[in-house]
Amino acid sequence: MNGYITIGYGQLALSALLILVNVGLSIGLKLGLERSLAIASLRMVVQLLLIGFVLEWLFTQENPFLILAISLVMASIAGIAAVNRTSRRFPGIYLNSLLSVLVASSLVTGLSVRGIIQVQPWFDPQYLIPLLGMVLGNTLTGISLGLDRFMEGVTTQRDQIETLLTLGATRWEAAHKQVQEAIRTGMIPTINSMMVMGLVSLPGMMTGQILAGANPIDAVRYQIVIIFMIASGAALGTFGVVLLAFRRLLSPDHQLRLDLLRPK
Amino acid sequence: MGLVAPSGAGKTLLLRSIVLLDPVQEGQIAFQGKPLRDWHLPSLRRQMVYLPQRATAFPGTVQDNLQQALQLKVNQAQGSGLAQDDAKQWRANSRILHWLQQLGRGQDFLQLQAQQLSGGETQILALLRALQIDPQVLLLDEPTASLDAETTDKVETLLQDWLQAGNRAFLLTSHDQQQIQRFTTRTLDLTELRP
Repeated sequence: MNGYITIGYGQLALSALLILVNVGLSIGLKLGLERSLAIASLRMVVQLLLIGFVLEWLFTQENPFLILAISLVMASIAGIAAVNRTSRRFPGIYLNSLLSVLVASSLVTGLSVRGIIQVQPWFDPQYLIPLLGMVLGNTLTGISLGLDRFMEGVTTQRDQIETLLTLGATRWEAAHKQVQEAIRTGMIPTINSMMVMGLVSLPGMMTGQILAGANPIDAVRYQIVIIFMIASGAALGTFGVVLLAFRRLLSPDHQLRLDLLRPK
Repeated sequence: MGLVAPSGAGKTLLLRSIVLLDPVQEGQIAFQGKPLRDWHLPSLRRQMVYLPQRATAFPGTVQDNLQQALQLKVNQAQGSGLAQDDAKQWRANSRILHWLQQLGRGQDFLQLQAQQLSGGETQILALLRALQIDPQVLLLDEPTASLDAETTDKVETLLQDWLQAGNRAFLLTSHDQQQIQRFTTRTLDLTELRP
């Protein structure tokens, strides 16, 4: 069971026909999604093909600084994308998100690559880049969910927070419930996905390894390591970003600074 | 002291600024001769309690709401008012019962679900919640706007009694000129401050 079938351009074109199901539904039910479908499909194909070429080139590189630089770019894009998914803004939100993504993903990926998988050399792009990518993707989701929830929470529960403040609560006493709720929200998707992992969902990475000819048991082991990485990355990132947002929106003077929030 | 000004002139903003709920852009506010910036704000806000026009109740009973306010760190650290034991294991002390009686409520009021109270009852809850932490100054923003005439009378009596107990002050806004006159010796018209 070594090797795998290589997919040619003709086969790619054939697979694109599947999206006609969506287009058909959109036209038939007047969903108005045709344009979005076309753009999304095109973007997906172009972005993936490009990254394929980039990775092919990257895997031949042996310069750790170059690979670190690329990791940094990936993390920055994740940090920006996380904020773009939220519905409110405050000054410094992008910096908070970038910082949280960077710290969470570098800690988790670094520890795993060095300590658990023990890749030699540690910057071997064949391991570092895909692992980092998966951690980033999930950290991004956690951060955007947590951040959005926190901003939503302090906005809708403004009266409660301010009432506590007027009674002499510190900013933490007044808003720790909203912090908890936000971090919980950021962590739940990973927990949910772990619950049904292997039963309902076969993770994409594992499926990919199996398709590429890996022994299923080996693929499963990788998947387990990665799920734990993803879970801790998302938790750490959410924790960081919510705490930073808390420090921003609840000032050292124990004020709720909703005046800093702007709609997207 | 009473504050009068047309709607939107900044009465509420002024009250909120006095306890620094909103950042103060210009000028300085001092309490007991000490600029607000030099105060530990939670301690300051415990001595000057701001009661907004629309009071907020937390989940749980009225009693839970009162208890919650006493369990804040600043109250425990400085624990006047109720003793620390009372804060941890809250029980209706004689002060609360006396206030309730003055407001024409029984002890059963404490067991009601706070978030199901009417606007007026929530206002009473907020008043009790503030009084029990023994502030020196109450910043009252339209304190009786959502109360019926009878309860308004009772609240006014209660507040007068509280004021008489010494070394205490109000800053009051009200749409009711007569209420301001009944309560306060000085009135400040914010419109007169405009340059």
